[in-house]
Amino acid sequence: MSSATTIDPTMLTACPVCDALHRDQEVPPHRTARCARCGTVLAAPRSGAMTRITMLAATALILMIAAVLFPFLELSAQGLSQRASVLDAVLAFSTGLMAPLSLAVAFLIVLLPAARYLAILYALAPMALGWHPARHAIAAFRWAERIKPWAMAEIFIIGVAVALVKVAGLARVELGPAFWAFAALVVVTIIKDNYICRPTVWKTLEERSRS
Amino acid sequence: MENPGRTQPVLTARGAGFVGCRACGRVNPPDARTCVRCRSAIEPDDPASLQRVWAWLAAGLIAYVPANIYPMLRTTTLGHTSENTLIGGVVELLSHGAYGVGLIVFVASIVIPVAKFIAIAYLAVSVRRPAALGSHGRQVLFEVVEFIGRWSMIDVFVVAILSALVQLDFAAAINPGAAAVSFALSVAFTMLAAQSFDPRLIWNANERVQVT
Repeated sequence: MSSATTIDPTMLTACPVCDALHRDQEVPPHRTARCARCGTVLAAPRSGAMTRITMLAATALILMIAAVLFPFLELSAQGLSQRASVLDAVLAFSTGLMAPLSLAVAFLIVLLPAARYLAILYALAPMALGWHPARHAIAAFRWAERIKPWAMAEIFIIGVAVALVKVAGLARVELGPAFWAFAALVVVTIIKDNYICRPTVWKTLEERSRS
Repeated sequence: MENPGRTQPVLTARGAGFVGCRACGRVNPPDARTCVRCRSAIEPDDPASLQRVWAWLAAGLIAYVPANIYPMLRTTTLGHTSENTLIGGVVELLSHGAYGVGLIVFVASIVIPVAKFIAIAYLAVSVRRPAALGSHGRQVLFEVVEFIGRWSMIDVFVVAILSALVQLDFAAAINPGAAAVSFALSVAFTMLAAQSFDPRLIWNANERVQVT
């Protein structure tokens, strides 16, 4: 057990959660490999995942552009009306001491999700087409995985729902095209993230970069 | 994938004289600083890393205090200004009869942050002491904390949307209060605390106890 010299590390996988060693075997599509000790999913490859992830990331990016540019919500009360885009929500904190929060909200709901779609496209699109990975594909995918918890588009949409209930008594609210673009974006992102099997992506990146 | 040596003490990458990458699972030589596959920084599963967890957790707790004291929202209707704190907002929602939404906001802004502080502290303490909850239980707890932590940001977004939307000059205007900033900071610090926690410590603690 302790003879490290007899073990070939390329034939093994360590569970990212509990560090247990597993023999690295090819997992057939639509099957799931779990860690024997802690039950963490080690690999869950899906057939045609690279192509689907690329397509979904491109869709999400286009929807994000629509979501930022079109009017998001329109509020009317007593003859007055106010139209707010996602950009307005970002700039809500832009006065005085709140300015850093404005920047943070911009990052959380627009910039980081958009950067993540771009990074995933950059890392996976060449592989979906059967080409060599782009030069910085490894860095791009590592980065996309690291910022994942900070891309909070789906939380923003639920926040909108809560805000709508809060103002419902005060005024009439109409949903703009950007709201539906953003809602679609959240669904597309969740489907895309379900297709991403990290170990499979890493293995493919490693193999294709070498050859 | 099957485990070589499924008998009780599971063979870990560390036990076999390697280090596993937490980002991609690649087994690296023991002196590796960055993973040979994904080039992530490799950190040893050392209980000393808990210091970072405690530091972020303390920062999160400190930021949570002003988040509860200062107003979250400043509402102006026909020249009359009222201020709402976190709990005040929940009370108002409930008094309007919006029980469902009131409950969501109450859980997101009060229950989840407090439960998160307790859960992370418990996980960090349990690494060094025998814990009542087994490794599997603590693993589930850690996954729940990691998954749910981001959702507390919902309050900040609600304030942002309301402030952007309700700007009807004299009739009604909503502006953000100072608590929005400290609440956002508290959520971010707690997320960082959870991310600094190395789940391998949950599993390796048992081995250490047995060895020494």
